[in-house]
Amino acid sequence: MYSDYNFAFLDEGSKREIRRASLKAVAIPGYQVPFGSRELPIGRGWGTGGIQLTLSLIGPDDVLKVIDQGSDESVNAVNIKKFIGLCTDVRTTANSREATLIQTRHRIPEIPLSDGQILVLQVPIPEPLRIVEPREEVTKKMHAEKDYAPIWLQLYESLVKYKKVTLASEYPCMVAGHYMMNPSPIPKFDNPKLHKADCLYLFGAGREKKIYAVPPHTEVVSLAFDDIPFEPEHFEGKKCRLCGSADTYLDEMFDALTGEKLYQCSDTSYCKEVRGACV
Amino acid sequence: MCLNETPVLQVRNFTLRYGSGCPACGERLEKNRCALCGSVWAANDLSLDVYPGEVLGIVGESGSGKTTLMRSLYFDFTPTFGLALLRDYQEGRKNIWEASAADRRMIKNRIMGMVYQNPILGLRMNHSTASNIAEKLIAAGSRNAGQMTERARGLLESVEIMTSRMGEAPRNFSGGMQQRVQISKALANNPALLLLDEVTTGLDLSVQARVLDLIRKIKAEYGISILLVSHDLAVVRMLADRTIVMLDGKIAESGLTDQILEDPQHAYTQQLVHSLI
Repeated sequence: MYSDYNFAFLDEGSKREIRRASLKAVAIPGYQVPFGSRELPIGRGWGTGGIQLTLSLIGPDDVLKVIDQGSDESVNAVNIKKFIGLCTDVRTTANSREATLIQTRHRIPEIPLSDGQILVLQVPIPEPLRIVEPREEVTKKMHAEKDYAPIWLQLYESLVKYKKVTLASEYPCMVAGHYMMNPSPIPKFDNPKLHKADCLYLFGAGREKKIYAVPPHTEVVSLAFDDIPFEPEHFEGKKCRLCGSADTYLDEMFDALTGEKLYQCSDTSYCKEVRGACV
Repeated sequence: MCLNETPVLQVRNFTLRYGSGCPACGERLEKNRCALCGSVWAANDLSLDVYPGEVLGIVGESGSGKTTLMRSLYFDFTPTFGLALLRDYQEGRKNIWEASAADRRMIKNRIMGMVYQNPILGLRMNHSTASNIAEKLIAAGSRNAGQMTERARGLLESVEIMTSRMGEAPRNFSGGMQQRVQISKALANNPALLLLDEVTTGLDLSVQARVLDLIRKIKAEYGISILLVSHDLAVVRMLADRTIVMLDGKIAESGLTDQILEDPQHAYTQQLVHSLI
C-alpha cells in the first residue's frame, strides 16, 4: 500500500462528506444528492463519481470487484482495481458472489446480488430529464412537481416514428413511485434487476457532482405505456459461443478471419462460472 | 350563449406594466406610456367576462394589449395585478394567476386551449404531428399510446389534415396546416375555453376561409367558449357574439358585435369601422 496517501486515497473529511451524501441518497431513493466532487488522478468523465463512492465506502475487510461493460479484464477495470488496491490493500476478485463492493460501468452482473453487497455505478449523465430540458433549475422543479410529461412524450414520439420504444440504454425508470431516475448507461436488459433487489445500488456522477441510490427492496419501474409494456432486449435463437447461455446479455462480435457473427456473454465472470472455469 | 349563466372566465382589473414604474405611474399617460418614467402599460385595468358557448372577439390596433391579455391568461406573461377566475378551476373562487405551477399546468392542459399567432410558439416543430397532440393528452395524465393515437387521428380528421401525415413534423406543413394542427392540439382535452390569438393573420384568403369555417364548426360541434383576438373586423363580424374594442391597453368600447360594427360610439371604433375596405 502507498504510505504517502491516506487509506483509500481521499482524506477522511472528504470520505465522510461523500458518505453523508450517500446516506441522504439512500433515505430519498432516486433523488440526486449534490456533493463536492473531489479531484482524482484521472479525468472527470472517466468514472470519478463511482471511484469516489468506492473510496469513501471501502474498508480493510472489503472484497472489491471492478467491471467495465461486463468485463473484469478491460483496461479501465484493471486500472481502477489496481489504483484502489494500491491505496487500500483490499483483496480484489472477479467473482460477483464473493465481492462485497462492486464498481461497474454499463452493466449489472448476471447473478442476483445479495443483501450484503453494494453495487456502485459510474454515471455520465445523472439527470434523466436532460434530453428534454437543458436547464438544471427547471429539471429540479420538474422533479419536485413530478412533471415527467416531456419524457413520456419522447417515448411516444419513438413509437410514432419507429413503432417501438427505441431507447436501448439509460432507459428511465420511476423509483419508489416518486423520482424518475436515469439508471446510468446500463442496457435496458438490466433495468429489471434494479426492482426490489436485495443489494444496495449507488450511482455516482463525478463530473455532474451527483449521487443517487436505489436502496434494497425498492420498487423500480421502467416507464411503459398502459398498452405497450416495457420490453428488455431479447436474444431469441442466440446463445453464448463459450458457455451456451441463452438468457444473458450477449455481446455481438465478428470473427476477423471468417467474418462470422458470434455472440458471447457480456458478463465475463458469469460466463466463466457457467463453464466451470476458475473465476 | 346565456348571460344569466356563470361566466367561464372572469377577468377583473387586469394590468400589465413593462418597466419599473414610478410613484405616480399611470397617472400621466401618453397613449399607454408613463410620461414620468417611460413604463409601458400594455394592459390597463381590463375587465371582461366570457360566457358558456360564447365567442368574445377582441379587436384593436397593434400594441393595444390584445395578445398581452391572451398570453397572460395562458401564463406566458405575469400580470402586474389583476384577477382571473375560471369556472372550472376551484369553482371560480381562486385567482388563476396565483395558482401553483402544477395547477397552472392543469389549467393549460385541461381547462384552456391556446392557438398562437405564430405556430412556433404553440407547436414542437421537430416532433411528429401526432406527438404534438399527444403532448396535451400525456400532460393530462393519459398513458395509453393506442388511445392517444386514435384521439390524434380523430382530431386531425376534424381539422381536415390527412391522417397519413400524422407522423410528419409540422415544420413540413404550410402555415394554414400548422394553424389547424395548433387548433387540434388545443382541442385535445375538450377545454372549456379556447384562446385564439390572430389565427388567420398571415394566411392567404382561401386558407383564412377554411380556418374560419373550422372555428365555426368547432363552435357549433363542441359548444365551447372562445376568446378570439383579431385586428381583422371581418373575422370578428363572422365569428364573435360580443366584441371588445381595445385602444392603448384599455377597453374603448364593448357590446354585441352587430351593435359595435353598425353603430360604433367611440371615435376610435368609428374610425376602425369606417376604415374597412
